[in-house]
Amino acid sequence: MDLALLTRSCEHEWEIPAQGAMRVPAIIFASEALVRQMDRKVYEQAVNVAMLPGIVTASFVMPDAHWGYGFPIGGVAAFDADEGGVVSAGGVGFDVSCGVRCLHTGLKSAALRADQEELADVLYAEIPVGVGSTGGIHLGASETDAMLAGGASWAVQNGWGEAEDLERIEERGQMSGADPHSVSVRAKQRQQDQMGTLGSGNHYLEVQHVTGIFDGAIARQFGLEMDDVVVMIHCGSRGLGHQIGTDFLKRMAMAASAYGIALPDRELACAPIRSELGQSYLGAMRAAINCALANRQILTHLVRRAFAHVLPEARLSLLYDVSHNTCKLEHHGGRSLYVHRKGATRAFSPGHPELPEALRAAGQPVLIGGSMGTGSYILAGTHSSQRQAFSSACHGAGRAMSRHQASRTWRGREVIEALAARGITVRSPSMRGVAEEAPEAYKDVVAVVDSAEASGLARKVARVEPLICIKG
Amino acid sequence: MRAHWEHFPHEADMGVRGIGPSEAQAFEQAALAMTAIITDPSTIQPLELIRIECEAPDDALLLAEWLNSLLYEMSTRQMLFGRFAVELGQGALRGRAWGERVDPERHHPAVEVKGATYTSLRVAQEEGTWIAQTVVDV
Repeated sequence: MDLALLTRSCEHEWEIPAQGAMRVPAIIFASEALVRQMDRKVYEQAVNVAMLPGIVTASFVMPDAHWGYGFPIGGVAAFDADEGGVVSAGGVGFDVSCGVRCLHTGLKSAALRADQEELADVLYAEIPVGVGSTGGIHLGASETDAMLAGGASWAVQNGWGEAEDLERIEERGQMSGADPHSVSVRAKQRQQDQMGTLGSGNHYLEVQHVTGIFDGAIARQFGLEMDDVVVMIHCGSRGLGHQIGTDFLKRMAMAASAYGIALPDRELACAPIRSELGQSYLGAMRAAINCALANRQILTHLVRRAFAHVLPEARLSLLYDVSHNTCKLEHHGGRSLYVHRKGATRAFSPGHPELPEALRAAGQPVLIGGSMGTGSYILAGTHSSQRQAFSSACHGAGRAMSRHQASRTWRGREVIEALAARGITVRSPSMRGVAEEAPEAYKDVVAVVDSAEASGLARKVARVEPLICIKG
Repeated sequence: MRAHWEHFPHEADMGVRGIGPSEAQAFEQAALAMTAIITDPSTIQPLELIRIECEAPDDALLLAEWLNSLLYEMSTRQMLFGRFAVELGQGALRGRAWGERVDPERHHPAVEVKGATYTSLRVAQEEGTWIAQTVVDV
């Protein structure tokens, strides 16, 4: 991105002043180096979002932002229903409530080393991964509706997990306001055999260990110490969410002119929050959030089973579960706003009433996935997160290279061997998939989290590095 | 000019472009380009025929609808398609797709396509050649 297009507000904050049809400015939180790396399309997309009706304060861009579709990936925008605000299917994306869950294991890495290969094999056998994989659960129509209304609570009631897990999930594991009747038959059909599956692409399950502590006090409250083994699960609402995105993108694109909305990009398809279509989308999208929460809950159960088989002394408990493709009704500065986060994580400040008591003083855990070979990061919401971008932070490293280019640059087998030499065990059904996800195809996650911290979006707490990676 | 397909770069996702002497052939090739994101289309045997019908108010939305209908069939049937035939009418498409059930050992599927987006979505005729393209979310 050309820096001449931007006004620098401070070291890690850049503004695109409101101009033309923009209703608010766009604000980018990133270091100069990260801004330079961003594609010009990120600029265009951030500007387009700023043109949508009812947008409040600014169209925000997180440090890991890259060119998406409609919204930039790493885009945050809040809308006020009282001011004609909209909800956008394009602003949430196809993988509704894609997110990250982190589990403690109660183990140190030394306890794992001898069994690392076997654990990788058992996890790979237990967790359905990759294209066309199905889970061991088939959901009928009424059970699907119960899942869509109940989320992770439904999963726990059905024996996949424990009641205390729910405390450590956003929305306590159950998104309210979900409307299974707003979800199409097609979307439900796409999900009937996909519960408890990981998916593919950038989705993964990793066993990691803590290799750095940056804030000892918060790490203690998060229950993290050096060399602790944790499990990180990255996946979303599977076929159901993809179909809901598809269904409503079309309906909103076709209805926009009837609502008097001029779309700068068809992909920004949206509807007024106070319209039948807007409400129907919110009901369906919330149901997809529950689907994602239920899915990660079932995967947690499968992970526990795998650990019980190989390392029975392990005790897997949740650190936290965050979603990074959502639209949620939240209260900011005395207003009720519909906050879209597309490739952005909520980062509630310390003391926020939504946080479970054990985490309230520390602030919300923000789970940042890196690439297969680099580390991931655990951050915490800060008092300044609220002021900056409606309590939002980055979500991952962000791609630096297209899949196309990555698969031409590396071979999957070589990537796996190079990682094995560094003590990282990879299991995947697809060598090309591994090549497309090669560590070097991603931006430097360190630069992203440093920038998130420097701009006051979140505080660095711990770094974790992979030991085992199950890649879809 | 022979009908063919290509991918075009997108930072996080992937662009699919079908090119052909007719609009219908460009649609067929765009579908092939989408399959090629997942696997090598030549590894897919045409063992089963699926029929698809869809409608949209314009050609561009019809392309997205065609690709999304294929994704639905692939997802619910756990199938991959390697051969396509498209007939276009007024705002409507009748398509046939031949393929088989996913076999990870043989197809080594790289990635699941989540949906066809409206980004870079374009159906147009340029100097007698039809182009049908969009970015798909992977």
